[in-house]
Amino acid sequence: MDESHGALAHHFETLKQQREANTLGMWAFLATEVLFFGVLFTLYLVFRSAYPASFEAASDHLSVVRGTINTVVLLTSSLTMALAVNAAEGRKRSMMVLMMGATAILGVIFLGIKASEYYTDYQEHLIPGLNFVWEGSDAAQAQLFFTLYFIMTGFHALHMIIGLAILAVMMIYGWRSGYEADTMPVERFGLYWHFVDLVWIFLFPLFYLI
Amino acid sequence: MEHSSPRISVYFLVYGGLLVLLVLTVVISLFHLGTLGIALALTIAVLKALLVMAYFMHLRYSSRLTQLFAGAGFAWLLIMFIFVMADYISRGWVGQ
Repeated sequence: MDESHGALAHHFETLKQQREANTLGMWAFLATEVLFFGVLFTLYLVFRSAYPASFEAASDHLSVVRGTINTVVLLTSSLTMALAVNAAEGRKRSMMVLMMGATAILGVIFLGIKASEYYTDYQEHLIPGLNFVWEGSDAAQAQLFFTLYFIMTGFHALHMIIGLAILAVMMIYGWRSGYEADTMPVERFGLYWHFVDLVWIFLFPLFYLI
Repeated sequence: MEHSSPRISVYFLVYGGLLVLLVLTVVISLFHLGTLGIALALTIAVLKALLVMAYFMHLRYSSRLTQLFAGAGFAWLLIMFIFVMADYISRGWVGQ
């Protein structure tokens, strides 16, 4: 199995070692990403525990339906990305590009639904610093909820936009048989895409459900 | 012969599991269970995350060193949560 996996760079003993180093490096990067989003989750934890009632009241203004649909979209894109990695390993070029395309389309759909939610928030005057108007009590605490909501979902969306840009380049490269010799870039990108999915798996219940 | 990634059928099973957990967490949220609801929502989120990491991200089939790297990020995150919250929660305990 292993012998077919890519060209060996001179500073590695074996392909197995090279793959191991690739995966390890990517996980080291993802650990920094965990901490990047981690401080934001810590902020959420601190303010959510300080103002539970205000956060619950503010949370009711988000659309659970659109949030749920978006979760399905993103989970499906993770499946198609896993299938793309699988196809890359099996050297099925057309299938790989097809699955990458499906992942990209689902990613764009996610961002579209997210944008429609942001637009609804704009119409309902829920954007802090732009047009925030709060009818209920404790406006400042509700504003805190929406500040965290826009920063956290915004950074998540930014990660998706960066991911989609990389994916577009990878599709072209993959179509030109660029990954016949070495499939590791596809696998690394898969890890990144699944990580973005992981972040959403926690954002969804924290902002929409509880 | 080593397996670095699962078979395709496993991916579809995991995907199905993720969707079932999603439906479960949304239905539970409709009942407004308070603290129990929060605990259930977070437990389901962790289960979903573990499924994604173990199968989509191949951690179940990865080396121990990779698993250690993956776990380290979350272990440090947990330390941050616990220490920060230990501070915030205990502030009220000290008299003026």
